[in-house]
Amino acid sequence: MSISILIGYYVMSSVILGILGFIASWIDRKLTARIQFRVGPPWYQNFVDFIKLTAKEVYIPENGNKFIFVIAPVLSLIGVTLCGTILFLVLNKNFGFQGDLILFVYLLTLPSLAIILGGSSSGNILASVGVSRELKLLLGYELPFICAIIIPAVKSGSTTSLVEILKYQQTNSLTIFSISGIIGFIISIFALVGKLGFVPFDLAEAEGEISSGAFIEYSGILLGLFKLSKSILLIVGPLFVIILYLGGISFCSIGKVINGILKYLLILVLIILIKNTNPRLRIDQAMRFYWFWLTAFGILAIGLAFMGV
Amino acid sequence: MNLKLKALKKSLWVYHLCTGGSCNNCDIEILDCLTPRYDIERFGMVLVGSPRHADVLLCTGIVNKKCLKRVKEVYNQTPKPCVVVAVGTCACSGGIFRDGYEMAGPLDKVIPVDVYIPGCPPKPEAIIAGIVKFLEKLK
Repeated sequence: MSISILIGYYVMSSVILGILGFIASWIDRKLTARIQFRVGPPWYQNFVDFIKLTAKEVYIPENGNKFIFVIAPVLSLIGVTLCGTILFLVLNKNFGFQGDLILFVYLLTLPSLAIILGGSSSGNILASVGVSRELKLLLGYELPFICAIIIPAVKSGSTTSLVEILKYQQTNSLTIFSISGIIGFIISIFALVGKLGFVPFDLAEAEGEISSGAFIEYSGILLGLFKLSKSILLIVGPLFVIILYLGGISFCSIGKVINGILKYLLILVLIILIKNTNPRLRIDQAMRFYWFWLTAFGILAIGLAFMGV
Repeated sequence: MNLKLKALKKSLWVYHLCTGGSCNNCDIEILDCLTPRYDIERFGMVLVGSPRHADVLLCTGIVNKKCLKRVKEVYNQTPKPCVVVAVGTCACSGGIFRDGYEMAGPLDKVIPVDVYIPGCPPKPEAIIAGIVKFLEKLK
């Protein structure tokens, strides 16, 4: 593929990701409201929020690093849209290369890094508390997440290409239909909840406690870009887990597309249910959960995967 | 511009500001608006944690001398356009604290107020009705 086609593909998939992301986060808000016996917002709510935020004034703190403060939300958005483009290329065009799994893992840490950069450059004390929590949480969930990524890579013949993982699952059975696959799927769901910053791992932006944490100084369009990239992450994260464990989404017929949407909704609803049935953990509890429990099970599952179970 | 105003009307993010001398009754009634019975998220209103994310400052209680500076500071930190709502008799006029020694004036002596919702405390219905009347007049 030539560079100009790739750039066009990137722009197109960013727009699609934005629209889908806002709809996905509407599903999140609506379902949360229904679980709490409320009515919930209308479907266009997140679009309206974004348009409103673009019209608001932007404050840039006086005693902070202004350049990094402005560039951080853009960095976050670029990270998630690149992730989404890689996944769309893999699913739609079967286009990939050896090692795109590793590239994807690197790019997926960009939103968290952007939160850390933006929060620490804002010069606010509460933001620095949020940043330190986000940093610890990043170290926490990244280890089990990598365990959960190694399992399908090992099962499909030690490959680091997403296309080959998909092809292996089409010819053989899905990764989830094995003991190591089930353990890996559960681990990746919990790591995703941490990545998305949802309850019980929302310590970085605890609203009642440190008033939105790392985002405290952000206003207007910069806050809107952070919200947009969070919404897109809500699409990209589950899509990645679908490719690794549930055999991806195929666009060749309507039945297969509906099948893929159902797979996505399954993961989304699981995440929302975890979000709504758990209280916020302290940072030491979260670290113990990730490093002690999930990583131990992850290493066990990698061992099982090497034995072919 | 019209689209942006429409968007603002449909998505009001509320920062709840207790301006010092409040007896907490109004604060409890504001939290009632979020419960399943009233559920203001239907209209796109949510409570936010930082004044920099807010479009509405929901103020309760009189402004006392200690909080005078802070109230002005929070108002300056809220990105414009923003709406200031005075909830309860104390915020509107001073109420039973009007002759108190710590009184620095009702809210509209300190920052410009757009909506007054009287009552001691105002019911959640009254708060929602006040906001809705304001939104109808907003052009």
